[in-house]
Amino acid sequence: MRPVSSPEYPPDALPVSPRTESRAPAITVRDLAIGYDRVPVMQGLDFEVKQGDVFLILGGSGSGKSTLLRHLIGLQVPMRGSITLAGIGDPVAALGQKPRFGVMFQSGALFGSLTVAENLALPLETWTDLDADTIAAIVGGTLRLVGLEGAGRRLPAELSGGMRKRAGIARALVLSNDLLFLDEPSAGLDPISAAELDELLLTLNRALGLTLVIVTHELESIFRIGGRCILLDRRTRGILARGAPCELRATSREPYVQAFFNRRPMETSQ
Amino acid sequence: MRRAMDSTDRDSASTAHAAAQQPRVDYDAAQQSVRIVGVLTTGGAGHLRREFERAVRRGPVRQLDLSGVARLEGGAAAVLADAWCRIEGDPRPEFAGGAAHVRDVLELFLGPDACAVHPVPSRRGFFAEVGAATAGLFEHVRALLGFLGGAVIAVGAALRRPWTVAWGQVSRQMERHGSDGVAIVATIGLLIGLITAFQAAMQLREFGADNLVSALVGLSLTRELAPLMTAIVVAGRSGASIAAELGTMKVSEEVDALTTLGLCPYRYLVFPRLLALVLVTPLLTVVADVVGLAGGAAVALGTLEVSLYGYVASTREALDLFDVLGGLVKAAAFGGIIAMIACERGLATEGGAEGVGRATTGAVVKTLFYLVVADAVFAVLFDLWGI
Repeated sequence: MRPVSSPEYPPDALPVSPRTESRAPAITVRDLAIGYDRVPVMQGLDFEVKQGDVFLILGGSGSGKSTLLRHLIGLQVPMRGSITLAGIGDPVAALGQKPRFGVMFQSGALFGSLTVAENLALPLETWTDLDADTIAAIVGGTLRLVGLEGAGRRLPAELSGGMRKRAGIARALVLSNDLLFLDEPSAGLDPISAAELDELLLTLNRALGLTLVIVTHELESIFRIGGRCILLDRRTRGILARGAPCELRATSREPYVQAFFNRRPMETSQ
Repeated sequence: MRRAMDSTDRDSASTAHAAAQQPRVDYDAAQQSVRIVGVLTTGGAGHLRREFERAVRRGPVRQLDLSGVARLEGGAAAVLADAWCRIEGDPRPEFAGGAAHVRDVLELFLGPDACAVHPVPSRRGFFAEVGAATAGLFEHVRALLGFLGGAVIAVGAALRRPWTVAWGQVSRQMERHGSDGVAIVATIGLLIGLITAFQAAMQLREFGADNLVSALVGLSLTRELAPLMTAIVVAGRSGASIAAELGTMKVSEEVDALTTLGLCPYRYLVFPRLLALVLVTPLLTVVADVVGLAGGAAVALGTLEVSLYGYVASTREALDLFDVLGGLVKAAAFGGIIAMIACERGLATEGGAEGVGRATTGAVVKTLFYLVVADAVFAVLFDLWGI
């Protein structure tokens, strides 16, 4: 797999493994321009995420990672270009319908007035005809899956940061969608909790075949999770590099890529 | 007195000590050098700047002699770096002498581009400011219309498919904004009844029109005071709470989470609060009506020569059903206004904790304004309809 560190690299020539090539795309992004108040933050974004991939969106603070995520999940309308999610099409048009993907927000974004179990039950009650006992069983099983058995009756305010994130993942999983977006899953966690959360995500990817799109800038997590990544650059307002994080670190000659993956200030990387 | 004198002595001693500690900046015309001597502290940075500027005005400067600097604090180093950049001429004056720790601190503040000129964004002109404010106003109106549209669609959807409404949420909101507010509304209603009756009794007794006290209290309470005062209490209590709650949900991404779960924030968050306030504000007004009338009766019995039976009978004679119902209709409308403004402000929150504070204040202030406007509109409408 040949790493690429040029913003002009054509998306169709992306270096992909044979396993990746054989799978259908889960997300296709073409010539995307995103921003706020008609001011572009990123433009000319082209990339594809295959089904079952772990895909990392990387970049420094203020590079537009979270803005890109908000566009991918339909919370913001692109200024130009297109986003196509497999089986859904335009994510903006899909809002208000039964969700076909799960989202874990940075803080978990659990509803504070509901218990953890009620948070998980809400989408099931809204979008399925399941009876209360079945919903309770699904909620209990999903909480066990993320290591939160016994926490169902607690309010979000009574949970630690790591537990809140796990509960957020559980809520995103509860409708059994196979595409999961995660915003900074390990940010603000102690090293052990962060490592456990990364392991949980990898397990979900391997065991359930979930496609994971993860926004992060935590180096430890980036190298532990692996997968494919794009590195956003604020100065060029585009994708600076794409490929596997380890290979980018080993072979890229781009100073920003080296500074980012080796946690160095820019001037020493030039 | 002694303490004051002690304090004055201490102050002058400390001023004299500070003056003795102030750095000295000398200009050497022969060497074209500026020599700084002393301890350069952040507190003395102002003095250093003034002395330095005075010295460099005396002639060309080729050298800054730091050998007399015993200590250099960060603030003084920043001032020195800034002053050095302001010295005109090419090449720039060189630094000479100075202990290693002094040079290190100064180097830190000089950095690679200490003298780089960073462009300051120019201030917008008058017309640009007016244009930006007008564009902002249109944007606000557009957002408001968008919110109203979303709320109307949510109400329409709830009427078409009432089984999809989160009735549990509605009852929780009614309890929170209704029954929990009975005590404060009753207290305010009682006080309004007492005050109105007392003032009416004092004035009307002068003209021998004691029998009109009950009519005045009854009409003013049911038609105007009870609905408006109840609405003001609800705005301060529930409006602020709704704006803060939704604002917090917005900044903590809970509203985004709701949207990605396919749940419409208008239906799930706005509609239950809107319905709850439209229902509970008239009920609270009934409480204020009853307690206020009782307060009025208590004052009348205590200060006028009327019996309880006579007071109640004359109140019934003065009031008709439309007076009471008109007040309750107004109260329901007030409840709707409070809920809509509070929800709109809450969902428009941006910018963390400060944004939540702004949304809460904005919700209460806007609500109070619109309540008074709505009350005036109702007064005209009721007059036109002969109510």
